[in-house]
Amino acid sequence: MSILGTNFNSYDLAEPTVCVAGAMTQSVVVQVGQCGNQVGCRFWDLALREHAHVNKRGLYDEALSSFFRNVDSRKSNSGACCVGGRIQRLKARAVLIDMEEGVVNGILQGPLREVFDSAQLLTDVSGSGNNWAVAHLTYGSAYRESIVNTLRKTAEHCDCLQCFFLIHSMGGGTGSGLGTRVLSLLEEEFPDVCRIVTAMYPSAEDDVITSPYNSVLAMRELTEHADCVLPVENQSLVDIVNKISLMSHGAKPGCVLKKDCTVTSGHGSLSPTEKPFDAMNNIVANLLLNMTSSARFEGSLNMDLNEIAMNLVPFPRLHYLVPSLTPLYTLADVNIPTRRLDQMFSDAFSKDHQLIRADPKHSLYLACALMVRGNVQVSDLRRNIERLRPSLPFVSWNQEGWKTGLCSVPPVGHSHSLLALANNTCVKPTFMELRERFTKLYRKKAHLHHYLHVDGMEQSIFSEALSSLDALIDEYHQLDATKARLTPDAPRLSIAR
Amino acid sequence: MSVVTVQLGQCGNQVGRELFDVMCSDAQDAGRKTHSTAGWERFFRHTTQGDLEARAVLIDMEPKVINHSMSRAAKSGRWRYGETSHFSQKQGSGNNWASGYCVHGPRHRDAVEELVRREVEHCDMLAGFIPMMSVAGGTGSGVGTFVTQCLRDIYPSAFVLNHLTWPYGTGEVIVQNYNSVLTLAHLYQLSDAILVHENDTVHRICSQLLKIKQISFSDINRVIAHQLGGVLQPALTPDSCGAYSRNPLGELVGALACHPEYKLLSVSTIPQMASSSIAFSTFSWPALLKHLRQMLISNTKMEEGIDWQVRPPPASAGRTRTLTAGSFNTSLANLLILRGKDVYSAETGGFGDSAIYTSWLPPDEAFSLWKSPVPFNKYEKSATLVSNSQALLRPLDDMVRKAWNMFASRAYIHQYVKFGISEEDFLDSFTSLEQVISSYTQLQC
Ligand SMILES: Nc1nc2c(ncn2[C@@H]2O[C@H](COP(=O)(O)OP(=O)(O)OP(=O)(O)O)[C@@H](O)[C@H]2O)c(=O)[nH]1
Ligand SMILES: Nc1nc2c(ncn2[C@@H]2O[C@H](COP(=O)(O)OP(=O)(O)O)[C@@H](O)[C@H]2O)c(=O)[nH]1
Ligand SMILES: [Mg+2]
Ligand SMILES: [Mg+2]
Repeated sequence: MSILGTNFNSYDLAEPTVCVAGAMTQSVVVQVGQCGNQVGCRFWDLALREHAHVNKRGLYDEALSSFFRNVDSRKSNSGACCVGGRIQRLKARAVLIDMEEGVVNGILQGPLREVFDSAQLLTDVSGSGNNWAVAHLTYGSAYRESIVNTLRKTAEHCDCLQCFFLIHSMGGGTGSGLGTRVLSLLEEEFPDVCRIVTAMYPSAEDDVITSPYNSVLAMRELTEHADCVLPVENQSLVDIVNKISLMSHGAKPGCVLKKDCTVTSGHGSLSPTEKPFDAMNNIVANLLLNMTSSARFEGSLNMDLNEIAMNLVPFPRLHYLVPSLTPLYTLADVNIPTRRLDQMFSDAFSKDHQLIRADPKHSLYLACALMVRGNVQVSDLRRNIERLRPSLPFVSWNQEGWKTGLCSVPPVGHSHSLLALANNTCVKPTFMELRERFTKLYRKKAHLHHYLHVDGMEQSIFSEALSSLDALIDEYHQLDATKARLTPDAPRLSIAR
Repeated sequence: MSVVTVQLGQCGNQVGRELFDVMCSDAQDAGRKTHSTAGWERFFRHTTQGDLEARAVLIDMEPKVINHSMSRAAKSGRWRYGETSHFSQKQGSGNNWASGYCVHGPRHRDAVEELVRREVEHCDMLAGFIPMMSVAGGTGSGVGTFVTQCLRDIYPSAFVLNHLTWPYGTGEVIVQNYNSVLTLAHLYQLSDAILVHENDTVHRICSQLLKIKQISFSDINRVIAHQLGGVLQPALTPDSCGAYSRNPLGELVGALACHPEYKLLSVSTIPQMASSSIAFSTFSWPALLKHLRQMLISNTKMEEGIDWQVRPPPASAGRTRTLTAGSFNTSLANLLILRGKDVYSAETGGFGDSAIYTSWLPPDEAFSLWKSPVPFNKYEKSATLVSNSQALLRPLDDMVRKAWNMFASRAYIHQYVKFGISEEDFLDSFTSLEQVISSYTQLQC
């Protein structure tokens, strides 16, 4: 394949005789529905390119092993090769699920075809018709067995499975319905493995009429069964892509968008040959890449995947983490002075770098993680935290609610980057807007019959999903209400002397 | 006698490597045979091939840091870690003290004890252990606490000195105050003494004294290693009759009057400056010691920005709280270590002054002095002070206050309950640290 061809040649050398098990943990990506699979594909493309860039020796190293298997088709025992040997053929630790064939077939004809085996794919032909109930209940039951088997098989290839990354949209049928069904299967089958969901929320002008239903029904599942959810709004992605293309077209001479910048895919920057979602999906793919970089590469302050929920989720249900990525582009100069590094930190808190339409600075932080890559040291982190802290409201019991990570390997084409994950009440407006759109349909009982026809679907599922969302919004509300109050220190324990 | 160092978690493994580097180069560069021999005996052993190997056990629940530290040490060309002296797993403790203490610690107890046992066997005589770790993460703090407990059980007569790195006050692990409270409360029952470096303080030294622009963890760790080296390298103690002291940990613990309620030790060193400036500076013992004494009583960890207004409270006032008492740092005991040129002429009377100590101990018991004529780490003269005083009261109180505020809302508690640490356990830890805070507060009465 093209990506592997140039950088990761296959060699006919003999394998080393001693086979050591990998020393690191592995993660599995489960991509469901059209959106999930399209985003997932961008992820695999960028992940391969990142590793090809870092891994110059063509050896299957620890870092690669976290998302890829290395198989030798000439070998009998399922062909698995061990860490330290030559790269033979890389296979993504992924499960691809869709109830129609189009997208997955497209992938199988594209440049990524070699990283997936047919055993990793689960497709049907008829689709879910943008109906959560069809996907969650009908397909969910029909495919339950084969989904579990596929997941188990993928998990068996890992000697220490740490995390499932589930990717799907909220607005459609398959992703929101079957994706969330997969989520609870994961919880049942692998209770100790972390579940991080990247969920694409529909914009107000979404072309799926039933998207409010699907989203609210899916939200309840996410609230109850995920460890962390990274909400991403399509409208924000569009805005960011527009800003970047303005940058690249309207830029002063001499300032050019780098070719291998984070938001462009293999075939040059934002060319018309790309699929419409590609530029948007690359942003989400980068989110996943940066979130996992510290688990894959070295750094002076590592941040493992199990530290995300530990640090950012103070109460189990409040696990929605708003992501922001900076810088979204790099200008052509190589030596980046400190001022620009500080700009990266400032941008991470600005409204227009958030992956949902929200303003964290004017809401309340419960906790915030800064995951930095590249040539950034602890003094840069401290300086920026000190600088930004006064303008950021944190909940009274977590005034110093920062989690920091330093990974020494920068993303391809950049000298440094920052991913901020904010547990912030700014998600509330998005959820309230969604609830409003839901209520508008629900009051008129619009399209309800499509759902109620489905075996096992009842109106109570709608009302329960709605009250779950109500409760969630209310919890954020309560926290927001503490913002105005001055909370004194809790009276200390007194001890007998 | 020898000391076995146990490096735990990312911080412990990064700081520990830096410490061995400093101690190795000090022993090699010093060019004084008895000093080198004594230093090597403490912290290194010679392999049959004649290489120097650190008397250390490396423990982490993830592989990356240990791999890095081992290869960095090997690349130094001067010393290395034992080929099989390390233990790591795939998945860290996730910044969760409970996961480290309740799950990883017990699960890997046998493997870790075996590594320690092998290292102890290499020692002709065991002085004790130095477990090194941060208190903010999960492995260093949780597994570190568990391992300290195992060492206590298996080697009841060995000294255990824990070296702890305290996190930046403005936050770097969100549950750092919980992890710190649980660690400190448990270690208080287990160790003989707890030597603390605060990242905030060391960071300031890097920026203000060493003038480093972009400060990395390596820079910070080098300062910690320098200060620790100043304490741990061979010195002549009053009881050692002109030979280097043979029981460094025992004498340290004895000198600092460590007591069930008073175990927190802080360190300060003078001078500290950018290495390019050292050659152009001259030092005199009276000036160095005058500064160091004022740093002690005004609780400043740096030569810069010392508050010269702070004075000991007048003895006649019956040593009750006076207006100055707030900023005056009362000591229980101090250990001063002088290294370099003309140490025998240095006048240290200011540290024996009863006014700087609590009234319970006679000043000749409260103050100890070690000396070595061998200059340390490029400084012609240097003084290191280990102090059992109120110096850590403030940061400890902040830690407990922040953890208590969080606990009041029960935030994050479910993550600990999951691994078997209950609200009751938290309350017990809070109670015992409130006790420590109260004890140190009362030093000034
Ligand atoms: N001074 C110093 N502090 C460090 C270093 N590395 C980490 N820390 C501090 O250690 C704390 C984080 O703990 P770690 O040591 O990374 O955690 P761990 O013990 O490996 O535990 P887990 O990763 O949670 O399993 C923070 O306060 C960091 O600032 C270092 O090299 N030097
Ligand atoms: N960001 C992004 N959103 C997508 C993509 N494809 C579909 N969507 C969004 O997903 C929703 C429709 O769900 P879709 O994934 O097509 O349905 P499914 O295949 O039944 O899960 C709408 O909100 C679309 O805007 C994509 O590739 N990227
Ligand atoms: Mg669709
Ligand atoms: Mg660690």
